[in-house]
Amino acid sequence: MNYSIILGIAKTHLISRLKQSAIAALGVTFGIGTFITLVSFMTGLNGLLDGLILNRTPHVHLYNEIKISEKQPIDFIAQPEKELSVIRSIRPKFNQLRIHNALPILEYLNKDKRVKGAIPQITVQVFYKAGSVNLNGILNGIKPLEEDRLFSLGDYIIKGEAQLLKNTPSGIIIGAGIADKLKLDMGDRVYLTAPNGGLFQLKIVGLYQSGLAEIDDIQSFVNVKMAQRIVGQSDNYITDINIKLYDLEESVPMAKQLSQQFNISARDIKAANAQFETGTSIRNIITYAVSVTLLIVAGFGIYNILNMLIYEKMNDIAILKATGFSGKDVQQIFISQAMIIGVLGGILGLGVGFFLSVLISHTPFETDALPTIKTFPVNFNPAYYVIGILFALVATFLAGYLPSRRARDLDPVEIIRGQ
Amino acid sequence: MGKDIVLKANNINKYFREPTLFHVLKDISFEIETGEFVSIMGKSGCGKSTLLYILSTMDTDYEGQLLLSGDDLSLKTADELAYIRNRDIGFIFQFHYLLQEFTVLENVMLPAKKLGIKSLQEIEHDAMEKLRLLGIADQAKKLSMRISGGQKQRVAIARALINSPSIIMGDEPTGNLDSKNSQNVFSILKELSQEEKLSLLVVTHDLDFAKKTNRIIEMADGRVV
Ligand SMILES: Nc1ncnc2c1ncn2[C@@H]1O[C@H](COP(=O)(O)OP(=O)(O)OP(=O)(O)O)[C@@H](O)[C@H]1O
Ligand SMILES: [Mg+2]
Repeated sequence: MNYSIILGIAKTHLISRLKQSAIAALGVTFGIGTFITLVSFMTGLNGLLDGLILNRTPHVHLYNEIKISEKQPIDFIAQPEKELSVIRSIRPKFNQLRIHNALPILEYLNKDKRVKGAIPQITVQVFYKAGSVNLNGILNGIKPLEEDRLFSLGDYIIKGEAQLLKNTPSGIIIGAGIADKLKLDMGDRVYLTAPNGGLFQLKIVGLYQSGLAEIDDIQSFVNVKMAQRIVGQSDNYITDINIKLYDLEESVPMAKQLSQQFNISARDIKAANAQFETGTSIRNIITYAVSVTLLIVAGFGIYNILNMLIYEKMNDIAILKATGFSGKDVQQIFISQAMIIGVLGGILGLGVGFFLSVLISHTPFETDALPTIKTFPVNFNPAYYVIGILFALVATFLAGYLPSRRARDLDPVEIIRGQ
Repeated sequence: MGKDIVLKANNINKYFREPTLFHVLKDISFEIETGEFVSIMGKSGCGKSTLLYILSTMDTDYEGQLLLSGDDLSLKTADELAYIRNRDIGFIFQFHYLLQEFTVLENVMLPAKKLGIKSLQEIEHDAMEKLRLLGIADQAKKLSMRISGGQKQRVAIARALINSPSIIMGDEPTGNLDSKNSQNVFSILKELSQEEKLSLLVVTHDLDFAKKTNRIIEMADGRVV
């Protein structure tokens, strides 16, 4: 009962100053709308940029690194406590690139609960032959469908598809840069020279474009079996194992564990892309800073309007107090006005933000780096809309609180005397 | 008992501290019986308005005792006083104080809505009744800024009446009206005091007006004489 009277008075006050109230509400609308648009667009871009690298990068990458032996032959006979051994010109020991016992390791990994998938890869140095020209290149032997599932290979295939490679044992998905240089296209044949000199003829079933020229100019994909044939090895020849985890945070301990357990080099995604999280968090900070600034400006608008309103409504305040409304009632009247402005402005702001986000998400955006993206990425996360409206409510409450306290403490006698 | 005292002031003293210490009200004591129509007269600046603000509980910065229907008001909190103003005291100002953007009817209904005892229909019915009593029922739906000064004053009286208060106070309620209108308002007040047994305490400069009331309290220099 009491509150409906208070709300009624608040509403009448706002309607009687419709223009100023609308301007104050539009201030909030502007702040919230900009926040929603900015945050949706920024996080959309963040997601895209993160995905650009994070999706493609294994969470843990197992491989054999060429490095010097930790324990040199002399260490087996010397006693380091007593003697000092000096060795000059250490050379790395000849390591095989292949991972020892790769198949059992793969089996072991795929049973691990933390692992979303572990897949083999075979890296082979080749030459692409075109007439008398030999182009340097790298061939990756992969399991096409698994590669697509775990590392979004399909997003970078601009012609053809991963399934086609799986169905074609002698197929190849070739880097767009190479195809361009060799004037090759889908269905054409390409000749490769293997490290041991063998010549292979493969059929192009797809074009790959990562957007990074130095990759697109050398890299191609074939089936695991084909790669093993090209290096002339049996089907337990595997040079790399790529692991995707359910939880990215596990990658560091996991890499450490695997490296010790299998005596192998293991690189986690954090070591591979250390600079990445910094960029993301800086973009987030900018987004929130801009939005908070806009809301503070909107808050000052509300603060001003309310102060003005209270000044204009001195008589009303005196009458209300003289006829039995308490200071708290009067305070609630003005707080309600701030909140009505905040809620209406905020909801409208969410609408404006959503509308702009939709508009942006339909704006064409084409770039070589992202062959499958045709429009700007926008993140329509409902959480931002909840944050936005909470933002609006808190800002308007704070902006309304001080003026409303002034109204609460106004002495009706002073106002009546002032006449 | 015999007499029924509605309002009793006991040694009320009031000081203004700004700009210099100023003793405005000095040992004011008087009583008003139920149904009595009392006027307060005195030179300009002798403290009539100041006294009325204290009696109406809007000003709490005073010394002394104030009893409304035997209830000691000097001990109440601000919220309790607001409730008492709402239920027991009707106030009519010199300048017709109405909420400008509300209709006449809404202005009259507001104190009753705040009291929250009656249903909305009852309140509206009562408010129309009061407006009819004051002869302005036809103005009920107009915005209160769109009616004449005399009409506004009558709306203010209707509003003061809506919660059937124990006492109605007025600070020069006719001071702003022409003689015809002030005659009119006076006769309304007189009628109310006679027919409805309403207690009235009115500050006035108009001697003719004061003479027609039951009793005149004469003030000079902050004292009752
Ligand atoms: N807020 C204040 N601070 C200091 N002095 C005040 C204040 N309000 C009123 N006064 C003084 O108190 C005295 C009484 O004022 P009050 O308004 O009660 O007079 P009044 O009898 O109602 O006069 P009038 O008939 O002209 O309305 C005056 O001398 C005035 O100057
Ligand atoms: Mg006065």
